[in-house]
Amino acid sequence: MKKLVTNWNNYPVVEADEITFEYGGELTYKLNGHPTIAHGNGRCYGDASLSESVISTLRFNKILSFDLNEGVVICQSGVLLSELLQIIVPHGWFLPVTPGTKFITIGGAVASDIHGKNHHVDGSFSRHMQWMNVLTGTGQTLTASRHENEDLFWATCGGMGLTGVILEVCFQLKKINTSYIRQKQIKAENLDEVMVLFAEHSDYTYSVAWIDCLKSGDQFGRSILMLGEHATAEELGTKKEKLSPKEKAILSVPFHFPSFVLNELSVKAFNAMYYAKNYRKIMDSIVHYDGFFYPLDSIMNWNRIYGRKGFVQYQFVLPLKESKEGLKNIIKRISKMGMGSFLAVLKLFGEQDDLISFPMEGYTLALDFPMRPGLAEFLDDLDEVVADYGGRIYLSKDARMKKEVFWDTYANAPQFKEILKKYDPDNRFVSELSKRLKLKD
Amino acid sequence: MSKNALILGATSDMALAIARKFGTQGYTLTLAARNLEKLQVIKADIEIRQRAKVEIARFDAMEIANHQEFYNQLPVKPDIVFCVFGFLGDQTKAQYDWKMCEEILVSNYVGAVSILNIIANDMEARKQGTIVGISSVAGERGRQSNYIYGSAKAGFTAYLSGLRNRLCKSGVHVLTVKPGFVKTRMLDGMKTPGPLTAQPQEVAEDIYNAVANKKNTIYTRGVWRLVMYTIKSIPEPIFKKMKL
Ligand SMILES: NC(=O)c1ccc[n+]([C@@H]2O[C@H](COP(=O)([O-])OP(=O)(O)OC[C@H]3O[C@@H](n4cnc5c(N)ncnc54)[C@H](OP(=O)(O)O)[C@@H]3O)[C@@H](O)[C@H]2O)c1
Repeated sequence: MKKLVTNWNNYPVVEADEITFEYGGELTYKLNGHPTIAHGNGRCYGDASLSESVISTLRFNKILSFDLNEGVVICQSGVLLSELLQIIVPHGWFLPVTPGTKFITIGGAVASDIHGKNHHVDGSFSRHMQWMNVLTGTGQTLTASRHENEDLFWATCGGMGLTGVILEVCFQLKKINTSYIRQKQIKAENLDEVMVLFAEHSDYTYSVAWIDCLKSGDQFGRSILMLGEHATAEELGTKKEKLSPKEKAILSVPFHFPSFVLNELSVKAFNAMYYAKNYRKIMDSIVHYDGFFYPLDSIMNWNRIYGRKGFVQYQFVLPLKESKEGLKNIIKRISKMGMGSFLAVLKLFGEQDDLISFPMEGYTLALDFPMRPGLAEFLDDLDEVVADYGGRIYLSKDARMKKEVFWDTYANAPQFKEILKKYDPDNRFVSELSKRLKLKD
Repeated sequence: MSKNALILGATSDMALAIARKFGTQGYTLTLAARNLEKLQVIKADIEIRQRAKVEIARFDAMEIANHQEFYNQLPVKPDIVFCVFGFLGDQTKAQYDWKMCEEILVSNYVGAVSILNIIANDMEARKQGTIVGISSVAGERGRQSNYIYGSAKAGFTAYLSGLRNRLCKSGVHVLTVKPGFVKTRMLDGMKTPGPLTAQPQEVAEDIYNAVANKKNTIYTRGVWRLVMYTIKSIPEPIFKKMKL
């Protein structure tokens, strides 16, 4: 049966057949020869998991093993991070890497090779993986790791599902003593200052900044840097339960807002934070991990505030050397156009040398653009600028980049394509993204 | 000692929700189904998430000759049994193809009678126990779109009611569950009205409460009692001409 399938930003929307499955063997005979792609919880911002036929992994969601002493988990790819947290946190374990939402699947985490606020210390998700099973385009289910079918492993981490369907995944968790974070917030007057602060605090496990892209002059790039460490039992004191997961959807955005409401809302939120709560230069606090990592998860369906037309997320990274000049240039363009969300997320990545994953050492900036006329041209220009600085764009947030930009900026793209050819010679796994970027032919 | 729950047809979404609910409440679980590969995975998952003790066993409702043997070999006899298996089948096909028709009748009715006869006798002898049968609102009135399935469920509902009548003297509780629409694999690809459609977890909650309160028959969601009352009150001369 055809149904409408889209991702978190409501753009694009495709009509697709949906296949569901509960165990790997079932999938082999359900694949009907139509080009298809795995689809998790639909939290990416693009077309990577859209195709004329999609394989929903949401029923393939069992946890197969959890070693309480070693913190090693084996689970099926449809398990959500939110479900894992409920199980692992009470035993003193945490996700090794987490993005800004817990409502993604493990399969999605692998396919996007997700990064988090600790990238400069812990790398991306793949660094913590031991092995996985992949149903490849040849119809075989193969185990892939750093020692076995290595090429498949590296092309699947960050490979946007194009090697096949990720089935079981084994990975290492991170030990914690409490479910709280010792947080430090530092107010930075401008971009120069926040970049100095990032460098000075690089020994913090978690760091990220909210940056205002609209201010000019002395306040150009004013931001709030947020740093965090897992709190120890002593730091927590006796007030709180030490290891409690929590998961409450507090608010829900019930309908699609008209787009103009958005900027006003986020401006208010940021100003409130910048001027009121953060009235001091440095603020220290102990906060629950849920609020620290997943501030937007408490507002169910926050994506709807962008209205029915949807929005585009734009996330790029620039090499460290070029970051300062590049960020200035790009933020100026955004503020001049007045069409970006004025609030963006800034983060300093550490080194990464995977085959096709997004991160590289340098600064990454992520922001939302509500859909509107002229946006496509503007972002095409921005792509050129990013490419000229030697940067690149995150595929999990992309629905529009031109293929030339991709092939220019992902140095290992030819090698990636070769591996795809080996494991999917008949192009059974095809997405809107792979068509757009000419990754399969 | 903790109580034991036997779940027949344990690989369905509804059964899984029931297993999680009763597992969380401290029951040890015996999960029985025809697909052992699926059962292994479900066992691991429930042991990790609910920290419940889980045994698994192979059970096929259609293999009636093996039912006695299946029950004899269970290491612990259940305090509560859930008869969850069922098969919607293809109504149109069943009208012409006896194999399909028989599969529907056996999976929803004959097979259930066969295994519950055995369990009922044991519980009656032990003078304790609870039997939960998952029937369906489809058994309340035959409609052209699924009357073969519906008639099997009607038979099952009548069977459970008779069983309750017989076993109440022995202190055995029999609960008939009549789900309306439940968002499970059975309804894959079907569009059903939101307010009338329950999540499997809701059904499990309803069943848990009904077991605790020794209810005889429940509808889940509860509005289905009203819906079915209305449907049953349509006079046959009108009903037979309706497109249902
Ligand atoms: N979903 C609804 O809207 C709805 C409404 C009213 C009543 N019900 C009833 O609720 C019960 C649970 O159904 P569900 O919705 O969870 O559907 P389901 O996912 O299709 O489950 C049916 C289950 O029955 C099992 N089964 C079928 N034939 C069997 C056999 N011969 N031996 C052993 N097991 C067999 C299946 O096993 P496999 O996993 O091996 O296939 C499957 O686990 C059924 O009795 C159904 O009639 C459902």
